[in-house]
Amino acid sequence: MAPLLANYFPILVFLVIAGVIAVAMVGASLIVARQKPYPEKVSAYECGFEAFGDARHRFDVRFYLVAILFIIFDLEVAFLFPWAVSLASIGVFGFLSMLGFLAVLTVGFIYEWNKGALEWE
Amino acid sequence: MSFFFDNPLGITILTVAEALAIIVPVLIMMAYLTYAERKVLAAIQLRKGPNVVGPFGLWQPFADAIKMMMKETVVPAGSNKMLFLLAPMLTFGLAVIAWAVIPVNDGWAIANINVGILYLFAISSLGVYGIIIAGWASNSKYAFLGAMRSAAQMVSYEVSIGFVMVCVLLCVGSLNLNDIVLAQQRVWFCLPLFPMFVVFFISGLAETNRAPFDLPEGESEIVAGFFVEYSSMAFALFFLGEYTNMILMSAMTSILFLGGWLAPFGVEPFTWIPGPIWFIGKIVVVLFFFIWVRGTFPRYRYDQLMRLGWKVFLPLSLLWLVLTAGALMLFGWLPNAA
Repeated sequence: MAPLLANYFPILVFLVIAGVIAVAMVGASLIVARQKPYPEKVSAYECGFEAFGDARHRFDVRFYLVAILFIIFDLEVAFLFPWAVSLASIGVFGFLSMLGFLAVLTVGFIYEWNKGALEWE
Repeated sequence: MSFFFDNPLGITILTVAEALAIIVPVLIMMAYLTYAERKVLAAIQLRKGPNVVGPFGLWQPFADAIKMMMKETVVPAGSNKMLFLLAPMLTFGLAVIAWAVIPVNDGWAIANINVGILYLFAISSLGVYGIIIAGWASNSKYAFLGAMRSAAQMVSYEVSIGFVMVCVLLCVGSLNLNDIVLAQQRVWFCLPLFPMFVVFFISGLAETNRAPFDLPEGESEIVAGFFVEYSSMAFALFFLGEYTNMILMSAMTSILFLGGWLAPFGVEPFTWIPGPIWFIGKIVVVLFFFIWVRGTFPRYRYDQLMRLGWKVFLPLSLLWLVLTAGALMLFGWLPNAA
């Protein structure tokens, strides 16, 4: 095994152990507890009403907006990670380049703010 | 002894043993976190809290676990059965595997990978999947609403958490968690980066869906939100995952800002106490703050929550990031400068 990948081997072990614990817990309770479903019990919970309609219908578009904004800023963070670690070797030029990049994004951010994309009245 | 270091089987056995040496204490800590939370909240509200099962109610978490185990797993008729059962397992699994990289003492991380902080960031981002899948698979209106709220909230605060992490990275010059702690030997980052420390802690509350940002659960409005349809062990796994995430968030706060396993000031009487005890002690203090906040503050409104995330924390952390980088450049304090 290559030394770099060997570092990641424990994560695989953790993944397996976590999976085993999770499956074992749910499985054990399925075996131990008495399962007795009937139509009222397995209908969707709606504060004592008969459930009407499907839950998967239209929802507020602002959730999409937040997701899109998140992608932009999370990508920005992803670019910042390597920049932060190597700032000492890329020097003033690297610093100013990133400032330029952040400035462009900030302009976009101010535009969104003024457009009201961040409002949740 | 060479058996354990030379052949693949030996290494596997050793790694499994090491992994269990982390997972089991974390799960026990999580069990007692639920107990501690109830006790602390009870003390805040001048009640007694759990005190019947065992001395001071100490066996309460185990009684709860057994009770959960004996309950029926209700799978709603309109749900996607496989996804419905997968979601809690995912939430729990992600909360556990993040612990693979947490260093408990100098070099005591089980997976001492050189991109530790990036790994933590990635795993905590994936956490939103468990919630979205649960909300979608349940096919219930409350669950769906709770999942949408939760997803939007978690991604909003993740951005500021990312900026805060970059601030710390600027001062460290490495993505390795071990290096991050060792860089704090002179001064813990909670002092020079104090505003970021506060932003990180509050974002941590939002990221783990804790009060005052527990809108995804909001008992009084959307009756437990995304896990309204869950019962029995599937519910318990969500609970486990959520509390394990709280401990993880506290561990991250300790590593990034409170010097991990380092003794305060690094002077004599404090350094007699071994590192892991300091580390656990710091986690417990941060967890106490989590519970204290829950006992003190009323729940936020959703628009207030989004405003705080996008209009206060995001610009603040971005500004502080630029200031930090600028100051480090100006004074030549950058780490590993040639």
